[in-house]
Amino acid sequence: MTEIKIHHLTRVEGHGELTVHREKSGAARVRFSVVEAPRFFEVLLQDKDFREVTHIASRVCGICAVSHKCAALKATESAMNIPISTQTEIMRRIAFYGEVLSSHILHIYFLAGPDFMNIPALFSLLDSEPELVQRAVRLKELGYALCDAVAGRHTHPVAMTAGGFSFVPAQKNLRPFKDKLHNAMEDLEETVQLFKLIRLPDLSCETEYVSLKHPDHYAFYDGDLYSSEGKTVSVQTYRDHITERIEAHSTAKYARWHRPEYMVGALARFNNNHDQLSPKARSAAAQLGLQAPCFNPFMITTAQIVECIHCVEDSLHLVNLLLEKGIDASAVQSAVSAAPGTGVGAVEAPRGTLFHEYAYDDKGQCLSANLVIPTAQNLGNLEKDLQTFQGFLADADDDILLQQLGMLVRAYDPCISCSTH
Amino acid sequence: MSFQFTNKPGIAFFDFACCEGCQLTVLRLNQTLIDLLAHIKIVAWREVMTSENSDYDIAFCEGSISSKSDLERIRQVRKQADIVAALGTCASIGCHNALKNKWTPDHMRASVYGDPHFPADVITPRPVAAVVPVDYHILGCPVSTPELVTVIKCMLTGQKHQRPNEPVCVECKRNDTLCVFEKGLVCMGPVTRCGCNAVCTSFGDACRGCRGLMEGANLQAAVQALTADNRHSIMMRCKKNYDLSENDIYEKFTLYNHNHTEDIKHDRDQDSSSHPG
Repeated sequence: MTEIKIHHLTRVEGHGELTVHREKSGAARVRFSVVEAPRFFEVLLQDKDFREVTHIASRVCGICAVSHKCAALKATESAMNIPISTQTEIMRRIAFYGEVLSSHILHIYFLAGPDFMNIPALFSLLDSEPELVQRAVRLKELGYALCDAVAGRHTHPVAMTAGGFSFVPAQKNLRPFKDKLHNAMEDLEETVQLFKLIRLPDLSCETEYVSLKHPDHYAFYDGDLYSSEGKTVSVQTYRDHITERIEAHSTAKYARWHRPEYMVGALARFNNNHDQLSPKARSAAAQLGLQAPCFNPFMITTAQIVECIHCVEDSLHLVNLLLEKGIDASAVQSAVSAAPGTGVGAVEAPRGTLFHEYAYDDKGQCLSANLVIPTAQNLGNLEKDLQTFQGFLADADDDILLQQLGMLVRAYDPCISCSTH
Repeated sequence: MSFQFTNKPGIAFFDFACCEGCQLTVLRLNQTLIDLLAHIKIVAWREVMTSENSDYDIAFCEGSISSKSDLERIRQVRKQADIVAALGTCASIGCHNALKNKWTPDHMRASVYGDPHFPADVITPRPVAAVVPVDYHILGCPVSTPELVTVIKCMLTGQKHQRPNEPVCVECKRNDTLCVFEKGLVCMGPVTRCGCNAVCTSFGDACRGCRGLMEGANLQAAVQALTADNRHSIMMRCKKNYDLSENDIYEKFTLYNHNHTEDIKHDRDQDSSSHPG
């Protein structure tokens, strides 16, 4: 038996290690280990004032900072019964779409993309395909700029606070996004054309798909917790359904619901909620051969392209809505008062369902914190899929085997330092 | 320190315990990053490229050192690189990672994993700058883009980077932003090194000190100004809004400056014990 490994997998967020034990017979055992040093956020948030809890919470992740911020705010608002206005909700959704767009584009073009183009990094194409690189940069920047406009900054958002926003954008700073979002559709159309030419490995790994589900729209910012096993529950009861466990080879926890492994993220959302996508997003899915239910984890990237289109279309709708209604500048958040309680906030972060749960005392100091991260929930499923995929690669050289398995890890778009937190 | 490059220097990015948001800020330089590629070659950047190359001259290090394997890795990087830059507050002064220093690793492991010994490789977190000499400190959570570009220019032309040593208040005034204390919030701006263009206060928040204390900052005086009985009416409002004790205010000031505030607290406790009453 031989052991081969990739020590620190590249083009993923954080530190993960891929190990394969190969028998002479060709059979192999694959293991993906999260070797990231834990940061112990759940400990360091204890005894912090709720305003600081939500400030620190976005620092779990540089890529999905808005998601962590929103989950923390929703958990805190739920614990303290703090209401938010319609305008606040619209602005949070806009920031959220901005983050999903920039995070997905980062993955589609910068992290996963080079696998399909056989290059070490996207910047390798600067001379041969400058327009492609510029398109990726433009789309990613648009997502960040949307966050900047409503939240002050993407990494890390400034203006989002419990109960609302500490800053309200001027109409004139939002208006340019009408054109920018409109023009982005052309770049996304080009992205669809590019990926129509790419042949992804054909792999079928049916599993349990978990996401939020909302009666009125494709769920990102809110909804109930839904499993493809046919169950819908309130996010406040997530602990009754989702169980975390520790595996000795990983500093990130694993999770189960109905099955020992399940999938969250773009493909799970697509499978669960595809009929709520915008018309252009649905048409892109059809063009890219993405049909629900889809069991191929390599199609996560495809589902992300489809979601980018949805995000841009719906952001445009929300920006127009804000501009038409007029932005109420007096809606700047003033001090909210603390109250004791426990609350859960769940959102669909770019990589899947994210839970934050906090208990506060009557002064608003955090008594306990629990964070359940999408990438951690995906780990069991990822390892199962890696094991399935290696079965098709029994004849491959060690290098090719590792490269192909690495590609599957990357397809999941893991956010590893986030998963350890 | 000065170092002149004759050829395009090789650049590498390394990350330790952090959110990788500072590397994303580098990637968000967009066209500027593309323009920079005329003057540098990026040889290792695990987050966005696959490369076997370890022939680098300049190492950007993000995050805090929080395991023994991190210690080995950062020492190796220091050995190889001519220039080491601490990219962001985690690497430079410890950021939120340092907040954990009031708990033991065993306590933290037991709380999060239910096992005081898992995972095995956990040490008390510390900034990169506490383990190896650092040539450039790029502060901020995350780093600020204009300063980042300035530091890179300094590196390439063999110059020192003169960190601004004024409080965030200077930038607030320049931006015509209403003083945070007027709103009854506790702000760390008066003792925090500027260079962020006061982004947090511009968007209605308070400064929480993510760029660290400026040299010579009198934190003790800042805390006393917020708690003394004869304080200014503006400060009274902070007290009224939040009912803060001196220790509460210290706690607020530890968010990004845990190590530094611990020193001061220690001195203060010593002072009060040697001068009773």
